[in-house]
Amino acid sequence: MTNEQMTSSETEPTDDQLAPTPGTDGLTDTADSGADTTTDRTLLEARNLDVYYGEEQALSDVDIEIPEKQVTAVIGPSGCGKSTFLRCINRMNDLVDSARVEGELRFDGKNVYDDDVDPVALRRKIGMVFQSPNPFPKSIRDNVAYGLKVQGKDDDVDTKVRTALERAALLEEVEDQLDSSGLDLSGGQQQRLCIARAIAPDPDVILMDEPASALDPVATSKIEDLIEDLAEEYTVIIVTHNMQQAARISDKTAVFLTGGELVEFDDTNKIFENPEHERVEDYITGKFG
Amino acid sequence: MSQPDFSHDGIRTARGTAFRYLFMLCALLSILTTVAIILTLLIDAVDFFAQVSLVDFLTGTRWSPTNEPIAFGVLPLISGTLVITIGSALVALPIGLLTAIYLSEYASDRQRAYLKPALEVLAGVPTVVYGYFALVYVTPAIDTILPVDLSTFNALSASIMVGIMIIPMVSSISEDAMSAVPDSLRQASYGLGATKFTVSTSVVVPAALSGIFSSFILALSRAIGETMIVAIAAGQTPRMIDLTDPAGMFLDSIQPMTSAMVQIGTGDIVGQGPAYKSLFAVGLTLFVITFVMNLISELVASRYREVYR
Repeated sequence: MTNEQMTSSETEPTDDQLAPTPGTDGLTDTADSGADTTTDRTLLEARNLDVYYGEEQALSDVDIEIPEKQVTAVIGPSGCGKSTFLRCINRMNDLVDSARVEGELRFDGKNVYDDDVDPVALRRKIGMVFQSPNPFPKSIRDNVAYGLKVQGKDDDVDTKVRTALERAALLEEVEDQLDSSGLDLSGGQQQRLCIARAIAPDPDVILMDEPASALDPVATSKIEDLIEDLAEEYTVIIVTHNMQQAARISDKTAVFLTGGELVEFDDTNKIFENPEHERVEDYITGKFG
Repeated sequence: MSQPDFSHDGIRTARGTAFRYLFMLCALLSILTTVAIILTLLIDAVDFFAQVSLVDFLTGTRWSPTNEPIAFGVLPLISGTLVITIGSALVALPIGLLTAIYLSEYASDRQRAYLKPALEVLAGVPTVVYGYFALVYVTPAIDTILPVDLSTFNALSASIMVGIMIIPMVSSISEDAMSAVPDSLRQASYGLGATKFTVSTSVVVPAALSGIFSSFILALSRAIGETMIVAIAAGQTPRMIDLTDPAGMFLDSIQPMTSAMVQIGTGDIVGQGPAYKSLFAVGLTLFVITFVMNLISELVASRYREVYR
């Protein structure tokens, strides 16, 4: 992981270390709502993952296997650790002084918390979209090109910028104003710009932390359509507090409940129609949380 | 049942009014003082320009208010101020900016808690101390270390000390501007695989540029107005400078506007002749320069601030 490997989005990753556990049998029926390219190969795997902020435990003994090129939704009440889990994956929690992570989180078999892992290299494989749109105070073009430049993928930037904007379903709306500030766009457009910015360097995974929570319903539905499309090429993990959204767009759903505990992880249909745990059913049906 | 009593209380109302006027008086006091100073400067300067032509003053290249032949060209004094400003800018702007980046982006909360007050101490040192430090330690030290022919009174050590004096201004105002950059921008940059250095240089500094720029301007106008250090350590030789000759600029004695004013103000000039009145003409020139610089700083700050919000 410390070396930068550019893989075309169309091909399977050619990393040496392939996932050791190709999905636990019996638990992972192929999701019928998933995209055509759905595989059940595990890309991300947490084992006994604990996270503490100072004395406070934010994640407790999380085990999960997240499949490649599917949408995995992470839901749960406020403070259940769902954002913490997301920020463990690309080690954004490293930026929080008081955060401490124990256990393993494997990306393609490699524990990203090993000593030889540079979080900077890791984050180049894992794009992130944040809760409220945070474009840089730069032009639309420079926003999308930022990651390319940072990562040294700066050949043919213009084409890559246009491709990313097109994949983010924004190109048509901004084609004539690529040099105007990203801050001049509407909230929904800004968020799609941030998605374009995240996918431009062609990562393997896209993390989304409640990407539609600051948007109106129309902008939200655009983002949701976009997420489903993105799963054809990327592994998408989305934290949301909106259960309908999780049900609409995800193949798998992880339910975290208070105390940072992953209570249930299964096909989205199963979670919403027939969850194993009564607490999950209570949460889904709104009796709690 | 009687109604509750909400009527005016004479003493309370009177006290409120009294405080209102007391506060207003204090606020007005500083404005009045400023106006009075400007008026004094203007009136005496007008007096001066009745005897010496404005054109000669602004374009003359010789300053000799007391020794024959008398000449009142302000350019040598502006030259002196320019040398000090350039020298102190070379010291303070890079060091101040890098300090601000360190404080804002690299230092832990703990380190910041020690470093910021330590820097503020620099700003609290009386400038007379800096002046003697320049004369008694910096000049001999430079003379020993560097193979140059340094005068006892020179622009180099004075501008180095002025630079050190204004570092806290640059670093503290720049750091405020950088801390005000929304954390979400840093997160976006880190999330794209940027290193701390890239985050600092490509996101934080550009987003804080207006604040950084105003810190530069404010610090430089402080350097332009600095009097004590240059009066003690820079010498009293009003002379034109050659911008292409750094050695000539820095190694010898010069005289900035402020120390020329000190010389006139404390010297044995008798009467109300043009030599004495020139104090006010130079003062007015100095005031106009720093005023314009502060104006520019305000303009830049207000024009670019909204862009990021």
